[in-house]
Amino acid sequence: MPGKTQDKLIDKEGKRVDGRALDELRPIKIEVGVLSNADGSAYIEQGKCKILAAVYGPREAHPKHLALPDRALLQCRYHMAPFSVDERKSPAPSRREVEISKVIREALEPAIFLEYYPRTSIDLFIEVLQADGGTRCAGITVAALALADAGIPMRDLVAACAAGKADGKLALDLSDAEDKLGQADIPVALMPTSDAVTLLQMDGILNLEEFEQTVNLALTGCKQIYKLQKETLKAKYVALKEEKEE
Amino acid sequence: MSSVVAKVKQKQIAQLIANGKRLDGREIYEHREIQLEVGVIEKAEGSARVRLGKTEVLVGIKIEVGTPFPDTPEEGVLTVNAELVPLASPSFEPGPPDENSIELARIVDRGIRESKAIPVEELSLESGKNVIIVFVDLYVLNHDGNLIDASAIAATAALLNTKMPNYAVEEGEIKKKSGYVQLPIKNHPIAITFAKIDGKMIADPLLEEEQVMDSRLTMTFDKDGNICAIQKGGTGYFTLKEIVEAAKIGQEKSAELRKHVVKE
Repeated sequence: MPGKTQDKLIDKEGKRVDGRALDELRPIKIEVGVLSNADGSAYIEQGKCKILAAVYGPREAHPKHLALPDRALLQCRYHMAPFSVDERKSPAPSRREVEISKVIREALEPAIFLEYYPRTSIDLFIEVLQADGGTRCAGITVAALALADAGIPMRDLVAACAAGKADGKLALDLSDAEDKLGQADIPVALMPTSDAVTLLQMDGILNLEEFEQTVNLALTGCKQIYKLQKETLKAKYVALKEEKEE
Repeated sequence: MSSVVAKVKQKQIAQLIANGKRLDGREIYEHREIQLEVGVIEKAEGSARVRLGKTEVLVGIKIEVGTPFPDTPEEGVLTVNAELVPLASPSFEPGPPDENSIELARIVDRGIRESKAIPVEELSLESGKNVIIVFVDLYVLNHDGNLIDASAIAATAALLNTKMPNYAVEEGEIKKKSGYVQLPIKNHPIAITFAKIDGKMIADPLLEEEQVMDSRLTMTFDKDGNICAIQKGGTGYFTLKEIVEAAKIGQEKSAELRKHVVKE
């Protein structure tokens, strides 16, 4: 936003505008099973980002000709609400949203046993209700939980987090301002049990050494988020069990 | 490709790669021969036609004057668009850009934008009112794999070859004065694309290799060897080791490929 730019993103003590340390994630709140109509759903708040994900399927593929003979078709729509950003965003899908839908789909696909459900479709919808940087990563994190909540067999969860460079320093989980005014941003998604990186993008300028350090920093973020994902899933089933016992 | 044919093909390609070979006899990290012609479209302010093996991409640059984005009133505008023209492949269909063409355009865009190849702050005519808009249109003419590297080379070459009208502001009006001026270009981004097939990495995949690859990784390097853009694609994954290795090899290869584009 013009006129609202911070002079400094990181102060002398290495604290960021929102008070975080360089290697600190934004506060994260996750819930699963939040929508009654969907086969699986989840909600995440990461800093000011608020994102809902829902999974329908496996169900009949639509349009039918897209169905695959040997596995399920994964369809993914990442979409931002018109009111999710400072200037109203047109609800029609932008080129950015088309690209992000594609990379999110490709980040989650390696984790799903699609071969169990040939000729069907698994439809994933990610709605960004409020955006504040890092929405594709938070979108992957929450979508993986929605898939698990739908009971779809998976090799692992997928956890995603970005790291980048702001004010010349490497920092984890960039906010919108740090992303826009910073020098580089690397979103990464990880299947932690197999150390498989399923999303990797970058914009900005980094030399090879900084690049490697930044990817490593993002991976530490993914691992922390993975823990939260597992705790959230476990908590839901423990709560269900207690309910049943009562 | 049907899944049975794909599996047979994948086995053949994977076996070759395991022995350090490719379908067309190349080394695993060797790019196909690059042929480059510039200034092929006289009506465009800049243009280049690149052949990377049998893959062929034509890039045309058009220059216009228009209004800047409200958040950057003193900067020119860069717009990259890709057309997967139906004559280029049996798999391309007419119609609005699909996710593949949007992704291609955005990868090339990111390389140019993030390397600051075009100094947009020098392209303002009247702050907030009139700036120069650079349209980069990627036109794929023949698809034999690795459209990204071919398009990125063609875009960089076309930008280096771009002469824009000599605009001047006189009494609040934009006038075209006689002659042309070179579009300022400060960096030369070069993209290097790797494909992973059966756990092995290769550079510059052929179409047949792309059809059986697990995943794809594109890294774009600026003239100083810094990374300025990355895109992972495909339904597989990479390990950290593979990513770091790709960055090292990509840096070397980008310097080699740049010699074809920037003649000094």
